Amino acid sequence: MLDRALKGSQGYWGWLVFLLVLMGIGAGCWLYQFFEGLKITGMSRDVSWGLYIGQLTYFVGVAASGVMVVLPCYLHNYKAFGRITILGEFLAVSAIIMCLLFVFVDLGNPVRIMNVILYPTPNSILFWDMIVLNVYMLLNIIIGWNVLAAERKGIHYQKWIKVLIYISIPWAFSIHTVTAFLYAGLPGRHFWLTSIMAARFLSSAFCAGPALLILLCLIVRKVTRFDPGKEQIRTLAGIVTYAMLINVFFFLLELFTAFYSQIPGHMHPIVFLFKGLDGVGNLAPWMWAATVFAVISLILLVVPSTRRNEGTLAVACAVLIAATWIDKGLGLIVAGFTPNPFETVTKYWPTTPEVLITIGVLATGFFVLTVLYKVATSIKTEVAA
Amino acid sequence: MGLDRREFLKIAGMAALFGLGGKAAIDIFAPGELEASMEGIPVSKGKRWAMVIDIRKCLAQQAKDKDGCKQCIIACHRAHNVPDWGDPKIEIKWIWQDSFEHSFPDQHNPYIEEELRHQPVILMCNHCVNPPCVRVCPTQATFKREEDGIVCMDMHRCIGCRFCMAACPYGSRSFNWGNPRKAPKELNPDYPTNRDYPERCKGVVEKCDFCVERIARGELPACVEACDKIKAHALTFGDLADPNSNVRKLLKEHYTIRRKPELGTEPNLFYIV
Ligand code: SF4
Ligand code: SF4
Repeated sequence: MLDRALKGSQGYWGWLVFLLVLMGIGAGCWLYQFFEGLKITGMSRDVSWGLYIGQLTYFVGVAASGVMVVLPCYLHNYKAFGRITILGEFLAVSAIIMCLLFVFVDLGNPVRIMNVILYPTPNSILFWDMIVLNVYMLLNIIIGWNVLAAERKGIHYQKWIKVLIYISIPWAFSIHTVTAFLYAGLPGRHFWLTSIMAARFLSSAFCAGPALLILLCLIVRKVTRFDPGKEQIRTLAGIVTYAMLINVFFFLLELFTAFYSQIPGHMHPIVFLFKGLDGVGNLAPWMWAATVFAVISLILLVVPSTRRNEGTLAVACAVLIAATWIDKGLGLIVAGFTPNPFETVTKYWPTTPEVLITIGVLATGFFVLTVLYKVATSIKTEVAA
Repeated sequence: MGLDRREFLKIAGMAALFGLGGKAAIDIFAPGELEASMEGIPVSKGKRWAMVIDIRKCLAQQAKDKDGCKQCIIACHRAHNVPDWGDPKIEIKWIWQDSFEHSFPDQHNPYIEEELRHQPVILMCNHCVNPPCVRVCPTQATFKREEDGIVCMDMHRCIGCRFCMAACPYGSRSFNWGNPRKAPKELNPDYPTNRDYPERCKGVVEKCDFCVERIARGELPACVEACDKIKAHALTFGDLADPNSNVRKLLKEHYTIRRKPELGTEPNLFYIV
């Protein structure tokens, strides 16, 4: 089936070459980082995680959101989604590849990565995160590939695939829950030490992921002969709307607890994000932009006419992705480290090589995504013909 | 292959439990692997090592020295080859000073003696009884020696994920953001400063280890020794498990505080204010 990826239009090849160039630049910067150490990044002893781990968190969410098409399809027998489950599954696969790469580029000593397996440590959440992510990736590859192959041959997929599908549904929730546990169990990091973290992660994932999927569906419809379908997009838009409402609601809950209790430890990181603390306020414009984006997306999503119009829906999805990305991919990590254990503030901003490595990893993920989507859409059109 | 540092530490600790001498223990647990240089090493005997830091005595010494006293820091960083990067953002520190206000942010009190508020306090890893850094480490590169409570660091196993840095609520952990050998020459003219202590590569975390290698030889930690040498005696190292120990005596006689006790980490560092 993979041979479908080898025949494509000029635009297809141009896009792949473009991604390859970005991957090459990222790889070059990573080599530089490998030889010089992580001091080439903007991270410091106070803000010891940054853009990389932020992206890990964001894309675990994107990966988990694949379940938002799988669940209605297989548990509620919502047949329309049968047409696009493969898109959700392949999106999950490429998102997990990005996640694993983001962990890898963040390591100080990548050559020792196998130590995680050589010395398995069940009390470490990172150990579990590695397990759930890898298993989720495998599940999605196996399920996606087999269902697609069966579809090509015009037969029903085998029974054991169904078992894997049922396993993959709770598994999707687990990957983002475990990722939230990376943060939510650390004493002394006030911004992260909140039991609603996993719930917030899931809600933001279930709006951002399907929003990305809507955009991908619209692109697929434009550049291939496969149409993911109007009804499918409309249902996805409904899911995005509910999830975003819940996401914003959860965030407001955090604000209430922090500012009504007036406990400094709870307020400081939020003040840092939106206003700045001790003269460091470089994230404030971003957070306010995210707030504006969130409001715009909610208006466009809640009003039925703009939600049903695919043009305005696309705008809503794009600003929603931007809002959730700033919140989770940027603010979440830095605010967790601010203020530091001595209640002082150290500024973090990614350096150029750090950004280029991040772009390189994103390009790798989108490369895999493009190839997988090419295979999927080619087969879908062949079957339809 | 000889013994690696970590195995040696473990064996030395285990030996203490069985009351064996260092050489005998190593011969039993890893026969024939002992280098001649390690012969006859007495092992650590404490069951729960702890330190009592007398801030008053330290401040008295600070007042005597024109630039403030930094003897313990110099001695420690020398003994452990800690490079100076000249940049607080990527600085590596095993033992350092910060103001009382920063060191005890939970003791928030705007009317506390002005004097004390901005005075330097000696800080290092607390060797917590319940250390979050150990809980999160995915490779057991940081681990607690059950036999004497020291939170050790295996810099040859660490993958540099920095999860432990996020978990430590005391900022006790430092990461090698660059290769220690590439630290600025003018700041580190005689680096490595101690050829007996292992060097590490970039990309690993390190921190105070209560001088495991020194207490295994029956010596005091480098900082304590340095402080005693100038007769300040602000640092007292001893066994908390022994009711008659020097540290227990101090704790009985003085009011002491610990950093962020509300987090349940149970620090083994006590401060006399
Ligand atoms: S002070 Fe920090 S590094 Fe030291 S044992 Fe406690 S948590 Fe771990
Ligand atoms: S940085 Fe090293 S010591 Fe710290 S958690 Fe990761 S592997 Fe363990």
